[in-house]
Amino acid sequence: MSFEWEWFPKLAEGLPLTLQITFSCIAIGIVLGVLLALGRVYGPRFLRGICIVYIQFFRGTPLLVQLFIVYNGLPNLGITLTALQSGILALGLNTAAYQAEYFRGAIQAVRGGQMLAARSLGMSLPQAIRYAILPQAFRLVLPAWSNEFILMLKYSSIVFTVTLLDLMGKAKRLSARDSRSFEVFLVAALFYLVLVFVATMLLRLLENRVRIPGLGAPSQHR
Amino acid sequence: MLLRVEDIHKQYGKDKVLCGVSFTMNKGETKVIIGPSGTGKSTLLRCINRLTPADQGRVWLDDEELTHTRTNINKIRAEIGFVFQSFNLFAHLTALGNVRIGPMKVKRMNKKDATTLAMEELERVGLSDKAGAYPAELSGGQQQRVSIARALAMFPKLILFDEPTSALDPELIGEVLEVMVSLAKEGMTMLVVTHEMGFARAVADEIIFMENGVIVEQGPPKQMFTNAKHQRTGEFLNKISELYGETG
Ligand SMILES: Nc1ncnc2c1ncn2[C@@H]1O[C@H](COP(=O)(O)OP(=O)(O)O)[C@@H](O)[C@H]1O
Ligand SMILES: [Mg+2]
Repeated sequence: MSFEWEWFPKLAEGLPLTLQITFSCIAIGIVLGVLLALGRVYGPRFLRGICIVYIQFFRGTPLLVQLFIVYNGLPNLGITLTALQSGILALGLNTAAYQAEYFRGAIQAVRGGQMLAARSLGMSLPQAIRYAILPQAFRLVLPAWSNEFILMLKYSSIVFTVTLLDLMGKAKRLSARDSRSFEVFLVAALFYLVLVFVATMLLRLLENRVRIPGLGAPSQHR
Repeated sequence: MLLRVEDIHKQYGKDKVLCGVSFTMNKGETKVIIGPSGTGKSTLLRCINRLTPADQGRVWLDDEELTHTRTNINKIRAEIGFVFQSFNLFAHLTALGNVRIGPMKVKRMNKKDATTLAMEELERVGLSDKAGAYPAELSGGQQQRVSIARALAMFPKLILFDEPTSALDPELIGEVLEVMVSLAKEGMTMLVVTHEMGFARAVADEIIFMENGVIVEQGPPKQMFTNAKHQRTGEFLNKISELYGETG
């Protein structure tokens, strides 16, 4: 086994793309995930149905297939996206389905009396959701949501299959050039390990930061 | 007449919970509802501000029919305070946050005025020193007093209390009843489901005895305690006096 120092800066060139894809798809996932969760919990029957179908589709099919449908398939319908757009969209739509389920669980874990109290003050349903339910649900969901963030950080590596040069894409290229796959991918793994470690620390900081006495320790609510 | 409740019916599945309940309240009155558990007392309170829709019957507040489908129920609910057995303070907000959120979000009061108002209401229930505490950091009695302050901050025309002291340890009941007694004496209109007969004797204008979804008998406390028309009323009053004592 022998390593080249040169690999480190070369792989590091892929970091910004890995981070961009992760943050973008997570952002899409939060917005869409919250909407899907609200639709499932509070929506009329027909909307609930749509949300369930969406969630089942994206959780029930491989992420790679979803990526190929977006990147290779959509052009057949006249919608051509760049590789980057495709990667972000596919990963975003996918994580939205998972996040929706976590948000739904958290919304349903907020005690029933909170909604009654909000409505009895004269809040409309959207106001009650916004001021009473969601602030609590966000805190309850954080542990599960943090896992999802870490997962997406790692799953973002599949975008190399649509020619993107993220961390994984860079590693693939180096390994082809130097014919030392084992060592190159080991270094790539090290990069991901460090990313995950840093992300875990930051998420834990966030959890402590927004913690409120009596809220957020899931064991008290299950 | 401030509140008129007329012929309320409510059924859960085959279970008839309310079978035609009617009564009225004048401004400044305090009425106490008593009755065995499962009799529909909580359901009645919730039908009054439509947290639960009644199957039949009508409710007026100040001549506005709030059971009418075109009534803006959110606007009416803002005028009716509700104090729950289990407090239901917003767990993510401090005592101050709980009291000012109604004025801010429902009445669109600015934060500074809402804070001033909320601090006054906390003062009124003796908790201005706990403004920054979260519900989980407060005793049950303190939480219930904050929830009363939360209701008061909306300047309600009427406050509904659903067994406000039943979830409390005995030594914490007194501080909540004290606040309620002083509210009654200040002329607040209150409809209170409770078994605290000391409270009823002290401030109730009328006691309403409910059983099996109907009002069996109603009258001033004195008459109900000494001279009940129905045997069941006397029996029930004796039973709860034994169970709960006459404190408060
Ligand atoms: N949401 C509900 N769904 C079904 N049954 C209910 C519901 N709420 C109350 N009930 C039933 O209605 C009856 C009256 O309940 P409640 O009004 O809480 O009585 P009380 O407050 O006098 O103890 C009970 O038998 C209870 O089981
Ligand atoms: Mg009850």
